[in-house]
Amino acid sequence: MPLDLDAVRGARVNRSAADHRAATLASRRSVKREWQAGWLLRAVTMIDLTTLAGDDTQGRVRRLCGKARRPVRSDLLASLGVPASEVAAAAVCVYHALVPAARDALRGSGIPVAAVSTGFPAGLAPFGTRLAEIRESVEAGAEEVDVVITRGSVLRGGWERLYDEVAGFRDACGDAHMKVILGVGELGTLANVRRAATVAMMAGADFVKTSTGKETVNATLPSGIVLARAVRDYHGATGIRVGLKAAGGLKTARDALSWLVLVKEELGDAWMDPRLFRIGASSLLADIERQLEHHVTGRYSAFHRHPLG
Amino acid sequence: MDETLPPVPRTAGPENKAALVREAFASPDYGPAPESDQFAGEWLRDGRRDFGHFIGGRWTGGNGAKRKTRCPADGRLLATFRHGTGDDVDRATAAARAALPAWQELGGHGRARHLYRLARQLQKRSRLFAVVESLDNGKPVRESRDLDIPLAARHFHHHAGWAQLLASEFPGYERVGAVGQIIPWNFPLLMLAWKVAPALAAGCTVVLKPAEYTPLTALLFAEVADETGLPPGVLNVVTGDGATGAALVRHPDIAKVAFTGSTEVGRDIRRATAGTGKHLSLELGGKSPFVVFDSADLDAAVEGVVDGVWFNQGQVCCAGSRLLVQESVEDEMHDRLRARMERIRVGHPLDKAIDMGALVDRVQMDRVRGYLEAGRADGAAIWQPETPVPEDGFFMPPTLCTGAPASSSIVTEEIFGPVLVSLTFRTPAEAVALANDTRYGLAASVWTEDLSLALDVAPAIKAGTVWVNCTNRFDAASGFGGYRESGFGREGGREGMWEYLKPIARGARTGGAADPAGHVAAPAEGGPPDPASRPRRRIDHPRDRIDRTRKLWIGGVQKRPDGGCSLTVADPAGTPVAEVPRGNRKDVRNAVEAAAGARARWGGGSGHLRAQILYFVAENLAARADEFAAELTRGTGADEAGAEAEVEAAVQSLFTFAAWADKHDGRVHSTPFRNVTFAMNEPVGTVAVRCADRTPLAGVAGPIAAALSQGNVAVVVLPERFPVPGLDFVQVMETSDIPAGAVNVLSGIHREVMPTLAAHDDVDQVWDFVADELSGDAERLSAGNLKRVWVDREGAVDWLAPSARQGDLLLRKGTRVKNIWVPYGV
Repeated sequence: MPLDLDAVRGARVNRSAADHRAATLASRRSVKREWQAGWLLRAVTMIDLTTLAGDDTQGRVRRLCGKARRPVRSDLLASLGVPASEVAAAAVCVYHALVPAARDALRGSGIPVAAVSTGFPAGLAPFGTRLAEIRESVEAGAEEVDVVITRGSVLRGGWERLYDEVAGFRDACGDAHMKVILGVGELGTLANVRRAATVAMMAGADFVKTSTGKETVNATLPSGIVLARAVRDYHGATGIRVGLKAAGGLKTARDALSWLVLVKEELGDAWMDPRLFRIGASSLLADIERQLEHHVTGRYSAFHRHPLG
Repeated sequence: MDETLPPVPRTAGPENKAALVREAFASPDYGPAPESDQFAGEWLRDGRRDFGHFIGGRWTGGNGAKRKTRCPADGRLLATFRHGTGDDVDRATAAARAALPAWQELGGHGRARHLYRLARQLQKRSRLFAVVESLDNGKPVRESRDLDIPLAARHFHHHAGWAQLLASEFPGYERVGAVGQIIPWNFPLLMLAWKVAPALAAGCTVVLKPAEYTPLTALLFAEVADETGLPPGVLNVVTGDGATGAALVRHPDIAKVAFTGSTEVGRDIRRATAGTGKHLSLELGGKSPFVVFDSADLDAAVEGVVDGVWFNQGQVCCAGSRLLVQESVEDEMHDRLRARMERIRVGHPLDKAIDMGALVDRVQMDRVRGYLEAGRADGAAIWQPETPVPEDGFFMPPTLCTGAPASSSIVTEEIFGPVLVSLTFRTPAEAVALANDTRYGLAASVWTEDLSLALDVAPAIKAGTVWVNCTNRFDAASGFGGYRESGFGREGGREGMWEYLKPIARGARTGGAADPAGHVAAPAEGGPPDPASRPRRRIDHPRDRIDRTRKLWIGGVQKRPDGGCSLTVADPAGTPVAEVPRGNRKDVRNAVEAAAGARARWGGGSGHLRAQILYFVAENLAARADEFAAELTRGTGADEAGAEAEVEAAVQSLFTFAAWADKHDGRVHSTPFRNVTFAMNEPVGTVAVRCADRTPLAGVAGPIAAALSQGNVAVVVLPERFPVPGLDFVQVMETSDIPAGAVNVLSGIHREVMPTLAAHDDVDQVWDFVADELSGDAERLSAGNLKRVWVDREGAVDWLAPSARQGDLLLRKGTRVKNIWVPYGV
């Protein structure tokens, strides 16, 4: 849809109320026992299993892809009564250079490769370069592209500029699934988070995503609440369901459950689906595996009992 | 109902665990998340526990009937307890009285240790307390776990601090004595903490009566206090119902009554304690406004409504049950609210994933339903979400009422259930007018991102607590309490400590209450003099003076009395010296109306302006000092030195309170949230002052100065026998820029004017410096609008020898604390 500046500028967010909601959300909704196990398995299917390090290699990515195909030990799944075929990561997320390796390793699994792009993480490369990067990643086999916005546009109130930037990314992505990383930790205020998300959705984002994982502050629950409400209002206005991705800082099974409760409470059951909610993470999976094993055996588990991702 | 332990929701056995996991994986529903009731069950011996009262450190059955308490969510029997009789109350009060000296002697530090220990005990046994509370009351265990119990512990921690600091922070004050405390069923342990902690910190001993629906946590608390060494008699718990409470209220050895509950019972207690000299604090009902401006974060406001009116099933005295939403965002607000209401989960209180549990009793549920029917009959649309609600137990879904006429009982009355009534406004001024259009004044919540608007509206709302962009925040460091018919007194913070303290009696300090001015004593015993029986001698007018016609002063104008009657005033020897107007009930009416007209402007003006005017009054009085001294000598029989001293004291009082006009600062409380909690000293409003004969000038000018200084307006009833100096003082005020109506002066027979004044619904406070039977009547008559009545029975105020402490006391009497919570953050 075209840029609606009134909707963007009129956004009001009360920080303390968002913090209060975040602090009480999880304590209002205790998910225990069998439901916890079921919810954690659901969380596994929402994970964009991610490696974004300077020392990433083909071998490292192949191992991660193996983990994405089979994120939870099959004996545990058998005990939990869930077929292994139903439990895989949502995607594998890598830098452009590793897209071919990931594509090859995931062939036949149905798991898409996601490429971070557009001068990730700062996003300050020349615009043409950023567009070219998207096209090359898509050509190399990325079905999903995680783009980053120019945070300066938000901080300077340059909403038209931001809109044009994201719309340009949209064009370059073509049919690829576009997740727009807002870098919420660098936007200064929650109102800015809401405004940036709204512009990104108007410009054609399939997903809005909290963070690159490289900022000092990444996916916090209050920013998640604000994004979820922006998504909800956009759906109300257009009928379009935009997805939400939390990335950066989610390390424990408890974090994953808190985010699922947030999504269920603020967005509803339709978003409790990998097509509309993702978690970008690397170490989170290992903690979930331990909790699942505890559920099966009744004993607290250890990291080394689960295959490395 | 079944007497054995019925099912709390439990998860399935191992055989179908896997099926459940698969189901939970397939559909994103919440499962049951039961809190274990094992420890509570053990403590209650699965319902077989039979509690007595806790009196003088011992458990005693007493002679009252047995009662049972049940869980409102499933009807299970929790325990048996006793209905406390007058005998039980006698014994408990005697125990409390007997424990007073030792508890006092223990000193602040010694008491601080006990309070600290109680705080720690609440933390150490928090789970047992939380589960027992939820079983007994029906509230979600999440709330008792996360709010009730931690806040109760916080109150004991905070007040351990006040015990420690008592001597240095409250010099010249002492504990009021043995206190009777009656608490409600909606926050049983938290209300216990709000009452018991400050009382014990101040050095009082306590007889506590918990509500008959929810006696258990008070009994558990008594058990813990006993086990951990609280001295016997310091805390006594007598269980029972209203009759037990009434016995406690009426007990002659109870020095103070503290009550939280309904306004109707509050009125009864006001009447029952009238004339007894008992101190009283009342925390009563409310119909608190929840004001949403178009500049609000509406999603945040919707969550606020959830916290405001569906917290504790709406059984909260300060529930934000009246939604006032700006017309421009009405539809959007309602849409968002309805969508949110669909997600509210109602279920067993021990399920940790629910938002609302059961109402406390069938009686309460029927009451709430009755209101809904009345609302529907009045034309309101009643909406409830599809949320599943358990069929057994006293459960109700969250409810939204729209389109109700302003006169409907669902708009005006406290429902005390999960019912929100929504109204609209157009402008900030209309929002304030609607917010204040209620007999109550407990709390309010204001939602806007516009700071200027918030800080304009918050002080304008007549309520003891205003939450900006938040709601139902409580903390021990901040006082809580009402305006208007929501009661008086504060609980929490420095302001709450005063409720359990009184000035150390003057006699005790000076060794005798001599009258330094050498006046004749106060009026003759046995009531006011009957003018008819006065000597009917001629007034001895000096031939060279023109007759003086003294009038009432109402609305800035000297008025002849409505009744067209005068009284002849005589000097102590019985010689008539003047004729003064005999005010009647219509004069009272006119004076109160004039005061109401001046209230907003005088109260809203700056302290600097008020100071200038009071200094000006002092200046003009000083200029006529000789004349006033002569009048005092002639009319009241004072000797020359005494008369001069009284004029000087009046000038001094005017200076003192002029000085205080811009210095009685509020505070910023240290509450543990990211917010500024500022405690503002607001004027009480219209103060009716009853002046005593012993200080016919200083005792008139002083209270006027004290009242005006803090932004109050006054209706002054002059000393009955010696009204002349006060009437002459009118001339001084008249020429000193006091705005019309800010002070109104009546003379006459107290018994003819005071009852009208004390009963008047637009008078906010009575100061009575006479302290006789009429004062008790004033207290009784004040029950209508529950105005504050201060009768200076202890002689704390001496207008001839003002002390620093006395000034402080009057400043506090002339103001009430409003706490405004303003969270911040970007």
